[in-house]
Amino acid sequence: MRHLLTQFWSSTVDGLTVGAIYGLIALGYTLVYGVLKLINFAHSEIFMIGTFAALFTLHALDVTHQQTGVTLIGVLLLVVLASMAASSSAAVILERLAYRPLRRRGASRLAALISAIGASFFLQELFAERYGRDIRTFPRVMPNTTLFSIGDGVVTSEKALVFVSALAMMVILDLFVTRTRLGRGIRATAQDPETAVLMGVNIDRVVRVTFLLGGAMAGVAAALFSVRLKSTQYNVGFILGVKAFTAAVLGGIGNLRGALLGGLVIGLAENYGASVWGSQWKDVISFVFLVLVLMFRPTGLLGESLSRSKA
Amino acid sequence: MSRMSKVPVRAFAAFTVVAVVAAACGSSSKSSNGGSSGATVKVGFFGALTGPNSPQLGINIANGVQLAIDQYNAKGKSPKVQYVPYDSQGDPSLAPAQANKVVSDGTVAVVGPAFSGESKAVDPIFEQAGVVSVTPSATNATLQTNGWKFWHRIVATDDFQGPAEVKWLTKKLGAKKVGVIDDKSDYGKGLADTVRQGLSSAGVQVVSDSIDPKGSDFSSTVNNMHSANVDGIMYGGYYADLTRLMQQLRSAGVNAPIVSDDGAADNKLLAPPEDKETNVYATCACLIATADPAASAFVTAYKAQFNNAEPGTYSTEGYDAANVILDAIGHGNSTAKAINTYIGAPSFSFKGLSKTITFDSKGEVPGGAVDIYQGKGGVLVLLGEVDKLVP
Repeated sequence: MRHLLTQFWSSTVDGLTVGAIYGLIALGYTLVYGVLKLINFAHSEIFMIGTFAALFTLHALDVTHQQTGVTLIGVLLLVVLASMAASSSAAVILERLAYRPLRRRGASRLAALISAIGASFFLQELFAERYGRDIRTFPRVMPNTTLFSIGDGVVTSEKALVFVSALAMMVILDLFVTRTRLGRGIRATAQDPETAVLMGVNIDRVVRVTFLLGGAMAGVAAALFSVRLKSTQYNVGFILGVKAFTAAVLGGIGNLRGALLGGLVIGLAENYGASVWGSQWKDVISFVFLVLVLMFRPTGLLGESLSRSKA
Repeated sequence: MSRMSKVPVRAFAAFTVVAVVAAACGSSSKSSNGGSSGATVKVGFFGALTGPNSPQLGINIANGVQLAIDQYNAKGKSPKVQYVPYDSQGDPSLAPAQANKVVSDGTVAVVGPAFSGESKAVDPIFEQAGVVSVTPSATNATLQTNGWKFWHRIVATDDFQGPAEVKWLTKKLGAKKVGVIDDKSDYGKGLADTVRQGLSSAGVQVVSDSIDPKGSDFSSTVNNMHSANVDGIMYGGYYADLTRLMQQLRSAGVNAPIVSDDGAADNKLLAPPEDKETNVYATCACLIATADPAASAFVTAYKAQFNNAEPGTYSTEGYDAANVILDAIGHGNSTAKAINTYIGAPSFSFKGLSKTITFDSKGEVPGGAVDIYQGKGGVLVLLGEVDKLVP
């Protein structure tokens, strides 16, 4: 308990930072589930592909040391755009190859799930064979300046960037889903696909856009992850994917705001729990938390699903 | 009613057929470890050829083994030796399936298992089937207590490495409060526990923690180290995780010197952004060949065969382990039992690159020199033997 108090603020700051990344990845899981009722297990590899895109962009730009000012913003923007492009295209291709043929044939959801798991392994091994299994590291791009401290928690520019970006992307995504026509189509498909078709919604396009958006969010998460943790590997998506999916369920699967909230909650719970019981219990704590919430609130923290989002 | 009674009968018949076939397959594989099929003897490498630690702690060793076998075959002796790689990914849950494959392939001897965790899982299988195993790198000390007759090791155990690290931390670096972090593996935790005990006996305060190497965010461990204000850190684990942990520790302002082990003793530990790091040390009961002029012929041959790649951690030991087995084969021993008797004899002595090899009754090489390396200019530089530097 003593540790919880002495490390409270640092746990909070770090919990929110890592939670923001979980939340961004969770958005992808929750969107796809809300529309297709499919758990896209390969989403973790979509994230991994984004990190590799960030790596290659930095190599292509020949960035080997810290940047500042306008160059920094330029580099960061390019990295984010490259990751988003890579992840969203990968997601769309994945949908086209792994899920749409099954949808066409009216295959059971179990078949789609197995396809998702298979796609996940395939992408991992593809990248491992092509780019090696060793860890790939990134140069430090952003200077790690301390912005301010609360207690023993230090908020650095890196952490602030991650948190603020995640929040911003969630807001943008939320606006898109609630305010645009395409967003309405997504919500309609989530509510009732057959009636949506009758109302003139192009289901194929909706599904494609859903995957694209989920992939874009994963791409942003990948860029932030790369800037902050400065390393990637072919299997980097695995644990993150599991935690992000847990976050999506925790917040209410199909609920966008719930995904981000779930991510933050998991990030905080992990770090608080680790300061009390030790880091080896980190994962146990996240999942026990999930079980408790689902026991007392089965629809998740925010409950609402994608189809019932307010317009 | 009649339709239902047909199904169980058919199922039972099918089950019987499968069971008989499986039994037949099982019994035929037990007799295939007697010796060579035709004129070739199979010698394998067992370790991580894929997986996150494979490039530096699996492929390095496998290459040393392959080089030794190719050099042996080039001498034109008979029987010829066939190199068979077995990829366990260094994972104790995946290794047993590969071990069963070793047995069914009729491989008489393997260099490996490379990691301690997988050794615990598969050495019983090798022992039962009578496959010779010579490990160049599994350093967990408890492996020798199992009474295995077919198991041999040619490097000093963590019983020597642990105290060497304690010595370095307390006597050379003068640390009074040390954070000891492990990666929860048999190897990392085993070594870290040895260090924890050694430090406590030396009156040093220990702050324990552990990380999950599959994860990427170690902030709770970093915060723990930071708030405890440690002046030294020991990490039990592998280079792929330490390089990330190091980056996060330094970012958070934890600048204490880090001492790690042979799993981290590789130049990849100092890949950018950690290439400027000099406050990191790694012990190893191994000889990194590029740091020793006496091994230059080996380095040249290695580079020539493997596309200019340099030998890495335990390449030398892998080479030596393979040559021990090849020495036995060259003296006319081609069955697992004969090889085992030959190398286990007290009179057996083989001059390898890293050391002179002779096995005691437990399968170990007596003596336990541990070297220490330091990060300088993006590579690990050999400082010397710990016992000689810190008397």
